[in-house]
Amino acid sequence: MKKISISKAISEGLHEEMLRDENVIVLGEDMAKMGNVFAITQGFLEEFGPNRVIDTPISESGFLGMSVGAAMRGIRPVVELMYVDFIGVSYDPIMNQAAKMRYMTGGQVTVPMVLRAPMGSGRRNAGQHSSCLETLFTHMPGLKVVCPSTAKDAKGLIKAAIRDDDPVVFLEHRLLYAKKEEIPDEEYIIPLGKADIKREGKDVTIITWSRQVYFALEAAEELEKEGIDVEVLDLRSLVPLDWDAIKESVCKTHNVVVVHEGVKRSGFGGELSAQITEELFDELDAPVERVAALNVVPPFAPTLEDAFFPHPADIVKAVKKLLNK
Amino acid sequence: MKNKKYSKEMLLDFYETMVRIRKFETKLTEYFTKGMLYGNIHTSIGQEAVATGTNKALEKTDLITATHRGHGQIIAKGADTKIMMAELFGRKTGYCQGKGGSMHVADVSLGILGANGIVGAGIPIAAGSALASKIKGTKEVTVAIFGDAASNQGTFHEAINMASAWKLPAVFLCENNNYGVSVNIHTVTNVEYISDRAKGYNIPGVVVDGNDPIAVYEAVKQAVEYAREGNGPSIVECMTWRMRGHYEGDPAAYRDRAITDEWAKKDPIDNFRTRLLAEGIEEAEIVKIEEAMEKEINDAIEFALESPLPDPSEVTTDVYSSDNERCVAR
Repeated sequence: MKKISISKAISEGLHEEMLRDENVIVLGEDMAKMGNVFAITQGFLEEFGPNRVIDTPISESGFLGMSVGAAMRGIRPVVELMYVDFIGVSYDPIMNQAAKMRYMTGGQVTVPMVLRAPMGSGRRNAGQHSSCLETLFTHMPGLKVVCPSTAKDAKGLIKAAIRDDDPVVFLEHRLLYAKKEEIPDEEYIIPLGKADIKREGKDVTIITWSRQVYFALEAAEELEKEGIDVEVLDLRSLVPLDWDAIKESVCKTHNVVVVHEGVKRSGFGGELSAQITEELFDELDAPVERVAALNVVPPFAPTLEDAFFPHPADIVKAVKKLLNK
Repeated sequence: MKNKKYSKEMLLDFYETMVRIRKFETKLTEYFTKGMLYGNIHTSIGQEAVATGTNKALEKTDLITATHRGHGQIIAKGADTKIMMAELFGRKTGYCQGKGGSMHVADVSLGILGANGIVGAGIPIAAGSALASKIKGTKEVTVAIFGDAASNQGTFHEAINMASAWKLPAVFLCENNNYGVSVNIHTVTNVEYISDRAKGYNIPGVVVDGNDPIAVYEAVKQAVEYAREGNGPSIVECMTWRMRGHYEGDPAAYRDRAITDEWAKKDPIDNFRTRLLAEGIEEAEIVKIEEAMEKEINDAIEFALESPLPDPSEVTTDVYSSDNERCVAR
């Protein structure tokens, strides 16, 4: 075992896949000479050369579109958007091209690309650099969507994402990059679509992903003091969705809180709430509770931003409300 | 042509391709009028010389991305008109098994990376394909085919800029038919030719008569060789005219009648036929090709109409290449 940060874990996963398969390339802004803002590709240019480690101009639409074209030719691009918010200038290549290409061509084509994008609030980066936009991608058939929360998961999942023949959107929370964890020394892969119970409990299930996993765990500690036993289910990937894990946990606790950092309206929490209500209604002791960001633009001032997205106290409150405590 | 630079076989081959496209497209207009075709149909009638000249300049291993008006280009690259027709009729036997239709025909084995329903979206895809060739160290050239209107999308600029900066083996081929649906290019663009913009990317840019398949062929051949030798991309602009509306059912009243009539005299197929006769080719040989193409397209229609529509159960297949069932279910 070794203790490394999430950014290092992603870097290691990428590095191993680039060594294993010469068709894997990385491209994006500041990926080559600088080695990425979070050092994820540091040293890659020297090791793999400029054909496989590419500094792009600030042309998100262009280089995402080029990733689609390269992927259709058997290259496996791992392309980075510096902030997921920038998908606003480059939605067509991922939404209309990558996601739809296989279906539109009757299964002829695969687009084995990974779109890595840091996301998340809490860095006081204001309206255009703080969003969690996983719902944009889950809404688009053809895309797989992964949101790791730990170093171990991030490494195993990035490797699975690179080996997957479908376009995978890999969303990394910026405030988790420095978080360290022990991970195995030997090679491992974590398959997409496999949730992980980060804490076992019997009274209530918190379904969440990305940074909110830690907030849910903090809330669980707090609630334990009051005798409430919380299960925290980290989905890890939203598409494919590990329904079996959700079902098993719901059938055990009969109470569900869904927590995510993206805004509440049309968020993935609404989708989960609907599916659980439609299919597991008889198992529920109370309606599914949602904890999510307010339906506003990510604000700048610390007081405003902290009021914008969920914190452990919000989760504690929601669980108590759900359990009438 | 007067100097007999090209063999009779080659000239007849060009003619055959142009006639194949014309008959294919004309047949579509008939079936559209009969109400037997679904969706939108954008024909390339009038633009056959661009498609033919471009694709005759390519090797089988070279690649293209085409546009929403892509039937001609795709046929010229070697697509089977039967399988294509079946796709346009939404049949299971079509290139995309009825899932794509007119705007999404692709056959990667023939180097056809797809038509595209989003104007300008094929340009970076082609540049990405060229990047793939560079990474792999292989010799294919990818041709991005797009219209004059697509040149005003950001993707045009972004993709050509990167292709130029990295000397990618690509050719940017503009089919300038003067109109983006109803809007004349000169009312929204302040350069005379789209290829004038090549200067901004420090790459070659040429303008050719897009109704002359030999002129197109020669220009594309030169650009393809230039790219294949590692010199980077160029822009080849082919001046042409779509002889019908943007889509079937569009009377194209936004175009000046006098100009339309003027272009009608430049019909690429009529003119090329006249030139073949002037070259001393027997009319009987030309008629033989025309009859063969008529039969091929009639057979294609027959094949399409006899083919089954996809089973409704196939609506959920091929969204994903792995874990499809689970990803579609939730």
